[in-house]
Amino acid sequence: MIEINSLNKNYGSLNVLKNINLNLAEGKITYLVGPNGSGKTTLIKSILGLVKKYDGSILVNGELLNGGSGYRKDIGYMPQSASFPENLTVRNIFEMVKDLRNNTENMDEELISKFNLKNEMNKRLKNLSGGTVQKVSAALAFLFNPSILILDEPTAGLDPVSSGILKDKIIKENGAGKTILFTSHIMSELEDLAQNIVFILEGKICFEGPLNSLINLTGEKNLERSVASVMMGKVA
Amino acid sequence: MNSLLKILKYQMQDNIRSKWVLGCFLFFLAFTYWIISFTGEAPKVIMSLLNIILIVIPLISIVFGTVYIYNNKNFITFMLTQPVNRSSIYGGLYFGLVLPLILSFIAGVGIPILVNITIFSESIFTLIIIFITGIFQVLIFTAFAFLIATLNEDKLKGLGLSIFIWLFFTAVYDGLILFLLQMFQDYPIEKFALGLTLINPVDLGRILVILKFDVSALMGYTGAVFENFFGKTTGFAVSILVLIIWFILPLTLGFKKFSKKDI
Repeated sequence: MIEINSLNKNYGSLNVLKNINLNLAEGKITYLVGPNGSGKTTLIKSILGLVKKYDGSILVNGELLNGGSGYRKDIGYMPQSASFPENLTVRNIFEMVKDLRNNTENMDEELISKFNLKNEMNKRLKNLSGGTVQKVSAALAFLFNPSILILDEPTAGLDPVSSGILKDKIIKENGAGKTILFTSHIMSELEDLAQNIVFILEGKICFEGPLNSLINLTGEKNLERSVASVMMGKVA
Repeated sequence: MNSLLKILKYQMQDNIRSKWVLGCFLFFLAFTYWIISFTGEAPKVIMSLLNIILIVIPLISIVFGTVYIYNNKNFITFMLTQPVNRSSIYGGLYFGLVLPLILSFIAGVGIPILVNITIFSESIFTLIIIFITGIFQVLIFTAFAFLIATLNEDKLKGLGLSIFIWLFFTAVYDGLILFLLQMFQDYPIEKFALGLTLINPVDLGRILVILKFDVSALMGYTGAVFENFFGKTTGFAVSILVLIIWFILPLTLGFKKFSKKDI
């Protein structure tokens, strides 16, 4: 569970996040959507502790973020574009993260086998394609059975088969009670997974609620058009 | 501390396979071998080694260090999202880079020397000082590189600043001191010049070797003043101390900045 209370973030005179109040309920899939530069990434980075200077408070699983790093063991994160030390092998990367997390039990290696990463284990990162690096990054996010998953544009760079695998995995993990937050600035094929939509525009939350109510509110036929009409300012 | 060592382990694995470190090793190997076969005399070899170490090591360390941080930006961000604190990450990255560089320097210079150890039988101690000087240059200039890369988001600006710092300490600085000494030659500014020498880590490295080498005349004005002022043993201790400060200062500044920074 993630609880964000009156979060404000400035970069100099630029107000990136304006009084964000958000509650990501346990076991729900939330889709964070908004155009480029709307503050999605800053919001995610605040939750992950990458952005440290802000006003307001963030609680992850009841723990207030105040500079400690322990809470991140409950979070699996898949960045938009991952990269790893180029001279290490895929196996090295998995070992390293297991080492860092001090966790070798209760591994969820489903994605490793479904993405066929076993065959890539001895290859160096610099010899992998961008898509394979994304698969490694996805497998790492799910590996430790974290109770919260944060996926930043998870299907960008994945082929349709792999993104289908990832989608199934998200559904499965959500069924097991995981809280999932994913973002996109385009309407992705994952939109039908969303149980809750948070639409963010210029650092403010414009809409928060289930997909149907956004569609009903705007009177459009799908999410893409609804979001477009919110952005055009048709709905307050 | 524990996770620092873990990061260090994997970073070392990565860097030891890197072309930079291999190239650095081959360069030192070829250069030392060439100098030894060319001159064949310990003092000449040591002086040439010293000069190349004081120019090349700062350049390699500061450029490689800066590029390293920029190239690994996404990976550093990834590690920051793991349950690891920032000090372990910064320390792990730093020592994971510094140790392979030091190893490649020691092996590259050391192997040809060991092969020809007979000609160095009387200057073993000076050789040790040469290695210590080289190690300090790696430590200091990599710490600068990390500080610069942490302070500047822009890769081009960071790299430019790194090269400027290298050029400043290896060339411009000595020129400035000479210029000052010449301008104010009618005034007793030896102590002032001494102070100026103390704040340049490259000059300090040079002083360290030459103090043990009995060729203080070779190092010019400031060297002679330095030896007169401190005497050999105190001079040695003071240089080491200031070198340590030069290593700790940019490292802690960089770390402080890194631990508060919004990534």
